[in-house]
Amino acid sequence: MHKPKKVLLLGSGGLRIGQAGEFDYSGSQAIKAFKEEGIKVVLMNPNIATVQTDDKRADVVYFLPLTEKFAIEVIRKERPDAIALSFGGQTALNLGLSLEKTGVLKKYGVKVLGTPVSTIRDTEDRELFVKRLKQIQVKTARSRATLNIKEAISAAEEIGYPVMVRSGFALGGEGSGVVRNEKDLVAKLSEVFRNVSQVLVEEYLGGWKEIEYEVVRDRADNCITVCNMENFDPMGIHTGESIVVAPSQTLSNAEYHGLREIAIKTIRHLGIVGECNIQYALHPKTGDYRVIEVNARLSRSSALASKATGYPLAFVAAKLALGYALPEIKNSVTKKTIACFEPALDYVVLKIPRWDLNKFENAAPRIGTEMKSVGEVMAIGRSFEEGFQKAIRMLNIGAYGLTAQKNGNFQIPDYLDEIKNPTTRRVFAIAQALRAGVSVEKIHGMSAIDTWFLHKMQNIMTLERELKTKKLDASLMRRAKQSGFSDAQLAVIKKTKESSIRSLRKRLKVLPVVKQIDTLAGEFPAETNYLYLTYHGTENDIVRGKKQIAVLGSGPYAIGSSVEFDWSSVQALRTLKREGYGTVMINYNPETVSTDYDISDRLYFEELSLERVLDITDFEKLQGVIVSTGGQIPNNMALKLEKNKVKILGTTPENINRAEDRHVFSKLLDILGIDQPAWAELTTLSAAVQTAEKLGYPVLVRPSYVLSGAAMSVSLDKDTLVKFLKRAVDISSDHPVVISKFVENAREIEIDGVAKKGNLVVYAITEHVENAGTHSGDATVVLPPQRTYIETIRRARHIAKAIVKELNITGPFNIQFLAKDNKLQVIECNLRASRSFPFVSKVTGYNFIDIATRAMLGLDVAGNYRTLELDLVAVKSPQFSYGRIKGADPISYVEMASTGEVACFGDTYSEALLKSMIAAGFRLPKKNVLVSLGKEENKVKLLPGIQTLADMGFKIFATEQTAEFLTEKGVPCEKVYKISTAKHPNVSDLLEKGTLDLIINIPTHAFQRESTDGFTIRRKAIDMNIPLITNRQLADGFITALHEQKGNGLKTKSWDEYRS
Amino acid sequence: MKLYLKDGTVFEGKSFGAPKNASGEVVFNTGMTGYVESLTDPSYAGQIVVLTYPLIGNYGVPDKKFFESNKMQIAGLVVAEYSEQYSHHAAKQSLAEWLKVSGVPAITGVDTRALTKKLREHGVMLGHIENVRPTRSNIPFEDPNEENLVARVSPKKKQAYGNGPVKIIAVDCGMKENIVHSLARPEVTLVRVPWDYDFTAERYDALFLSNGPGDPRKCAPTIEHIQAAMRDNKPILGICLGNQLLALAAGASTYKLKYGHRAQNQPAIESSTGRCYITSQNHGFAVDTKTLPDGWEEWFSNANDGSNEGIRHKTKPWRSVQFHPEANPGPTDTAWIFDEFIVSLKKKYA
Repeated sequence: MHKPKKVLLLGSGGLRIGQAGEFDYSGSQAIKAFKEEGIKVVLMNPNIATVQTDDKRADVVYFLPLTEKFAIEVIRKERPDAIALSFGGQTALNLGLSLEKTGVLKKYGVKVLGTPVSTIRDTEDRELFVKRLKQIQVKTARSRATLNIKEAISAAEEIGYPVMVRSGFALGGEGSGVVRNEKDLVAKLSEVFRNVSQVLVEEYLGGWKEIEYEVVRDRADNCITVCNMENFDPMGIHTGESIVVAPSQTLSNAEYHGLREIAIKTIRHLGIVGECNIQYALHPKTGDYRVIEVNARLSRSSALASKATGYPLAFVAAKLALGYALPEIKNSVTKKTIACFEPALDYVVLKIPRWDLNKFENAAPRIGTEMKSVGEVMAIGRSFEEGFQKAIRMLNIGAYGLTAQKNGNFQIPDYLDEIKNPTTRRVFAIAQALRAGVSVEKIHGMSAIDTWFLHKMQNIMTLERELKTKKLDASLMRRAKQSGFSDAQLAVIKKTKESSIRSLRKRLKVLPVVKQIDTLAGEFPAETNYLYLTYHGTENDIVRGKKQIAVLGSGPYAIGSSVEFDWSSVQALRTLKREGYGTVMINYNPETVSTDYDISDRLYFEELSLERVLDITDFEKLQGVIVSTGGQIPNNMALKLEKNKVKILGTTPENINRAEDRHVFSKLLDILGIDQPAWAELTTLSAAVQTAEKLGYPVLVRPSYVLSGAAMSVSLDKDTLVKFLKRAVDISSDHPVVISKFVENAREIEIDGVAKKGNLVVYAITEHVENAGTHSGDATVVLPPQRTYIETIRRARHIAKAIVKELNITGPFNIQFLAKDNKLQVIECNLRASRSFPFVSKVTGYNFIDIATRAMLGLDVAGNYRTLELDLVAVKSPQFSYGRIKGADPISYVEMASTGEVACFGDTYSEALLKSMIAAGFRLPKKNVLVSLGKEENKVKLLPGIQTLADMGFKIFATEQTAEFLTEKGVPCEKVYKISTAKHPNVSDLLEKGTLDLIINIPTHAFQRESTDGFTIRRKAIDMNIPLITNRQLADGFITALHEQKGNGLKTKSWDEYRS
Repeated sequence: MKLYLKDGTVFEGKSFGAPKNASGEVVFNTGMTGYVESLTDPSYAGQIVVLTYPLIGNYGVPDKKFFESNKMQIAGLVVAEYSEQYSHHAAKQSLAEWLKVSGVPAITGVDTRALTKKLREHGVMLGHIENVRPTRSNIPFEDPNEENLVARVSPKKKQAYGNGPVKIIAVDCGMKENIVHSLARPEVTLVRVPWDYDFTAERYDALFLSNGPGDPRKCAPTIEHIQAAMRDNKPILGICLGNQLLALAAGASTYKLKYGHRAQNQPAIESSTGRCYITSQNHGFAVDTKTLPDGWEEWFSNANDGSNEGIRHKTKPWRSVQFHPEANPGPTDTAWIFDEFIVSLKKKYA
């Protein structure tokens, strides 16, 4: 075996739909596997919130955009002798392919580890793929690769409508879909062909079963399948949008092993070395099959398979890439057996996707062949019903399970329609249909979901009926728990309190047992830390641990809760371990590092619910629980846990609540003499209108109970306020609405800090590029602040100190401020780690979570932390996934819309900003820029910027009024008409030409959603993949930076170089 | 319904099979699919089978032609979660219906993981399934290994398949149907004979030794016949019990494993190449590699516990495997063993 000396590992960048945190897990394992061999690892990943980019993991880290330009620079500088492409998702794979294509790898003598590039191309290029499989008589869907619309039309005619169209080289099925006629085909493809050069038109397999296998192969041709999975939702719904079960449930031995044999044959023929995934369609009646695709890299499915089986796929894949054979690698879970085996499960695993489509107005909640989900949850049970109801609760969308919801939530008026035309809430529609007596056969007919799954759902509904009428004795209680009913569900059914059910249950001695996941179904003793709870059991696999502290994880990735909370949880676990504590992790997100097998001493792959956490604390008798690193889900549980005698480490739950409760916190600020925007809580529409008038428009409206659509809104006037309240909000005494003054043209700054016993220990101040009105999660954030006065910083620090003291904070906290004319108002305070903790930790060089955890343990954390004067500037940019959310308006808004973030460093602010924007997917313009600036204020303020662009030689196109304004001010530009006018040349003509490099479109009201010409331009920009800026401050900052950087270049410096 | 173990442990569950009692050796199988094939595998004769995968019955039971023998062979079945409703295009009846028709009792609702761990720690144990609440204190445990199980499951008459030039005698000690399918090829005449049938005086080209239940040492006549075939230099292939019989015929010895291998995920490493195959297994006895006489070598070994997975003679055409290349249930990765066998015979005899 010829081991490389230095490996360049490509990460996956910011989290986005189709590519979430699973690649932090796979990259982290790869680093571990390489380092064990004494190989130096150079990591390139601008996702600063990942564990893989932590200190002392890789040898060198580059927070740089994953583009060819930067990759070449890194290769030139680092001279790695090998590159790993399969651990950073499609982003890394595509980048690797282009580096190979342009000859860079050859030029610098960089060897691709694992699966050869030619094999990757065979799997990525649909036509090659079909050809390769045909060589071994493996069936694929009948298909034709087409290069233009004309070819696509003829292919569709040949195959026969409906057809499926897919674009090559795409992550998560982007640009794919079912097309039923020629007209729709043309409409769809005109957009798709702009981004990709090849589109596949293929046989439509709707209604077939969808099955996946995770396959591992070594250089010596040993080949195994680690896991198979069956989709609850049959073909026609993207696997990332499907509920997935592992192992398959409805496949006979012949089918299971028949497909397995084809998988191994195919993977051997293709010559994959490492890990891959193969997807099948299986005809439910004839057993005929088609291979849909092979992903020659670690994927979302492999992360799921790894967590579902306990088999460390990414780690093993990395070893195989180095040339090891499977029998030479130990099974790191059992430590007794080898990696060349196929895990046997003695439980069932369910994955359900988590969507956040209601964050986007106009976005259709329908699911189909394109991936729109932002995260997923994984539940483990020993019956389908148990796992299924667990998983539904884990989604954290307010559902108590499949049924027995609080407040009659999840009622779907036209449930049959949503079964037939699936939406994100189809399972609830099925529950409702079953409750209404619709037969399993009829639901099967409408959905093609296998009756086995539907019968299991029916079992739950039937049991609910029984529970309603019968006394809850030990036997019925046990059956209910075995079917996954939570105490809260039983409380709804029995019209009592959750706590009463819990005490009744304990009296009846109906308790869950702890079981291990050991990869071998109990055949060999295993030292696994990997645990779940079930009511299908009479015996615990383990005994209570000693001197343990638990960290509550962050649950599913969702908009607003991304990889940063997993990072914080992992840091806390690490510190606890270092300080000599046994560590317990509770989390259920399979895409995380925190749920990896070697991160905690005990990993409970379990619900983050009061009931489940109490079950675990009852069993483990923990010394304490940390709720402040996992985001809002654990934070919300603090008070309830404490009431149940669970010791919460750090700030007391009572004080956490004082910050969370708006009334209490507001009063507290008043007493401390700290300013805040005026606000009021209202319970009637008329009072809301009156208050808004009094505060003066615009106002920010925050309902406590949301019916549909966005949770927050800015109202400009009475009309918009009334409209919003009537449409989206249930306003009542139970569900008050908070209305506050919306301060225009204010800037936002934040303090992230750690305190101990009411004293500030360390803090970092960040400023937002965008003005208030852009959600802090969507803002571009700068550290150290560049435009904030020293006086403002001093005041912010004073305010923070006062709050820290008043709430007697111990642990992490975050305070958000509005700054206008040197005046500061506090808008929010959270006594937990915020999403910017990894960013401020890595930029300042102080691990805030480590300090916070030590503070919570009562250890000495005093020190001289210097966070204001740094030798570098770092910028964090939001990563959006608008391309996936059809119909959504891509503007920054009070509701968060980004799915992830990236950050880059620079010697100057300009450099860091440009790098960071590029890392989030932005491309620097070369020639043609379209500007449409909206209201007068925008035009005036951006005039110098546009002038600069023109001076730099850019060709400026402008919409009607903007063009007139610019011409009048002497800025050369070409006028284009709005799309809604019939005149030419209009914006549409310009877009169709495909020559635009940048669109700057500033909505008239930055905080208002509008469906106008502006929307059309913005949406087209997204659909046609043209860089777009919609925020005035960002546009200004960008142009200034572009001008300043001209000729300076963007430097390729490692993290260490910035720190030294 | 209750399952009583010899050590006094009792597991309680719900009956879903035939309403009767059963005794046998309690063994566990970790396969996640393939209950139809396992339950009809004659090697399970006399055993109460515990399936570690909890959801059982999901795809019902297909037509008899998919069985591995003409009937259900197990003594009893223990599962965690029987699936009342099944769904499969090939299903003809539910697992419960089939158990009832077959007269085999079955329990659901058992903590099969706890039971498996017990068997793992204590080794396989005798057990008794009692349908009615037992009042007697002495539970009638029966050790199936004391009986000659092979004699119970082996056919009484010989049967021939095909009409090819290569004549293979297949000694049926409880042979799975898919072995017949795997060997019956156009160039082959397969003669399936009872376990103690004396074929030594007949004309034949090669000998096949099938799988089967129980202790191989009970098959003394078979071992004698194998030794005769060896004297005649006949090519031999053995599977499972056949591996043990070949070893015994060669002069090696066998022993009982603590809790056997009953799984579809057993890694077997080919000694000469280092290649690892995922194999389907069902055996409680094993060949003691150390006792192999001169001239013999280990062909495969188990990567998990180092136990023997196959033997071969260094110069003679005699070889056997402990695992099941015919699969059903389980992976098909080692089906090439049949191909190699047939190819070698074709070269010689066809």
